[in-house]
Amino acid sequence: MILIVAEHANGSLSKSAYELVTAARGLQREGGVTALVLGSGVVSVAGAAALVADQVLVADTPEMAQYDAEIWAAAVAQIATEGEAEVVMIAGSRSGREYSPRVAVKLDAPLLEDVISLKDEGGVLHAEHYTYLTRVTERVEAQGAVIVATVKPGAFAAAVPGSSVAEQFDVDLELPKRRLVITGSTKEKTGRIALGEADIVVAGGRGVGSAEGFTQLVEGLADPLGAAIGATRAVVDAGWRPYAEQVGQTGKTVQPKAYIAVGISGAVQHLSGMNKSKCIVAINKDADAPIFKIADYGIVGDVKEIVPAVIQALRK
Amino acid sequence: MRILTLIRQVLDAEESVRVRNGAVELEGSKLVMDTMDEYGVEEALRLREHGAEAEIIAVAVGTARAEEALRTALAMGADRGIHVVTDVALDVIALSAVVAQIAKTEQAELIFCGGQQADWDSQGLGAATAERLQWPQATWTSALELNGTMLVGKHEADEGSESFEVALPAVVTTQQGLNEPRYPTLPNIMKSKKKEIRKETLEGFSVAPKLKISGVEIQVKERLKKILDGKDAAAAAAQLVKMLREEAGVIG
Ligand SMILES: Cc1cc2nc3c(=O)[nH]c(=O)nc-3n(C[C@H](O)[C@H](O)[C@H](O)COP(=O)(O)OP(=O)(O)OC[C@H]3O[C@@H](n4cnc5c(N)ncnc54)[C@H](O)[C@@H]3O)c2cc1C
Ligand SMILES: Nc1ncnc2c1ncn2[C@@H]1O[C@H](COP(=O)(O)O)[C@@H](O)[C@H]1O
Repeated sequence: MILIVAEHANGSLSKSAYELVTAARGLQREGGVTALVLGSGVVSVAGAAALVADQVLVADTPEMAQYDAEIWAAAVAQIATEGEAEVVMIAGSRSGREYSPRVAVKLDAPLLEDVISLKDEGGVLHAEHYTYLTRVTERVEAQGAVIVATVKPGAFAAAVPGSSVAEQFDVDLELPKRRLVITGSTKEKTGRIALGEADIVVAGGRGVGSAEGFTQLVEGLADPLGAAIGATRAVVDAGWRPYAEQVGQTGKTVQPKAYIAVGISGAVQHLSGMNKSKCIVAINKDADAPIFKIADYGIVGDVKEIVPAVIQALRK
Repeated sequence: MRILTLIRQVLDAEESVRVRNGAVELEGSKLVMDTMDEYGVEEALRLREHGAEAEIIAVAVGTARAEEALRTALAMGADRGIHVVTDVALDVIALSAVVAQIAKTEQAELIFCGGQQADWDSQGLGAATAERLQWPQATWTSALELNGTMLVGKHEADEGSESFEVALPAVVTTQQGLNEPRYPTLPNIMKSKKKEIRKETLEGFSVAPKLKISGVEIQVKERLKKILDGKDAAAAAAQLVKMLREEAGVIG
């Protein structure tokens, strides 16, 4: 049996859950795909999972209203053990990558992190993942009675819900006490399309000059394109934009159809978060900026002149 | 209290990656302490400077060359080092067994670990180590204080950031923004040469890799590199939009 942990947010099943189903089906193990839904008030999420998985296990308890690495790991390891899962698949989200190592240790299993491909050859799992700040693709093999894998968001196509509805079962879990106490949170909501899901991302760097420059040029270009907004660390550190928009090693990873970099130099740590974009466009006044080395299209010039001209040209 | 700061020696970010015989070639390249680990060493030093009584121990598991990274940590101000010398490429689950054993023998109460390795892009070591020790963890930490035995800080979660509190012992993983790591000063570099680095062998820990690396490839997506001169902004913009529409087909 393959166990997938189905992530959800705001009452709906996340895109990553559908991608996990595709990744799991590719392994063609006997026993099908079991989705585990953890949370509080997750009836509709479980219902959505039942349209793509072969079986759904639901732990709906107030104790799981808020994510916690230790609680999640305990729950997943218990279900994996009881269900004799051969592969446990977890979304490569920040939380998924945080608790999955604990699951692997509990199960004494190998951990494949952030895989972009997964194949089963005679019980050995062959995976690919990126290394060296997304510059290298590494092939790794894992073997064992049970293997834990996190799956990179966007690497697999989303499974399409069918007409059959899988059976749902409630599960009882023995959960540890919460030790990391969350005393406050700032959810950064922008009202725009989410960075990870946008077809086009317009990202700004220090070259836009100021917070106002960012609004004018980056938002100004993103609006007519219906694009999401990205930013470099330099811009976030300067307080011009929220951390939620940061792209790179310590921010988000995106791979849109088009990534438009405005006033961004192209440091490796930034490239790490966007170098898999299908088409990269750069606007920078420095012809030698590293961003041009990985760009498909670009203009060498001052963003204050070029970007307004591009916005103009889009109107035509 | 004893604080462990984990040190990984990695290829300098400015170096280009070369592949030879199915592996990344490090010979002849500049290697440095992982920047993520600099934040850990710096944070340990700051906790001490803010009054925590602590011995700071830098720990590395890696090739003979990794000693250089440990020396950097000692030059920043760590008190001593432990170097488990091995050429074996240990995945994070195996590595965590080594780190947890060291934490136990040293009776450490706080471990700093980098948020993401610059070589394997792994984020798992901190959590795996915490699990082995049955400790809680705070990951992607961007601010930290120690009040008595309580760590109070901020970290990044799936959506936005959170403030947290957690009692020691605990594992904390770092990220850019946590602090500004100091540069080792010349006197401190001199002093660090006399600091102890205890060498250990991997055999002492009875761990084996859980993953097998079967090969690597550099990802080269050929880019078109159609770069226009923007002296005539309007003309360049018009041409760019035309190419994006008609050639790339990425905008409507
Ligand atoms: C451990 C670690 C993690 C990191 N993680 C991240 C991360 O997740 N994301 C990230 O982005 N960075 C990250 N960084 C930082 C990274 O190294 C760079 O410092 C950062 O990406 C630079 O941002 P920037 O391109 O906006 O600024 P700069 O490097 O300052 O580049 C500004 C560019 O704008 C151009 N410019 C200036 N004025 C104009 C103008 N008028 N018109 C046109 N062009 C102009 C300049 O030519 C220059 O190329 C990390 C660093 C470390 C050490
Ligand atoms: N061989 C090693 N020796 C000591 N510390 C390590 C080693 N490998 C990884 N680390 C630490 O783990 C961090 C990231 O690991 P991880 O949390 O597994 O992604 C590194 O930046 C170091 O802090």
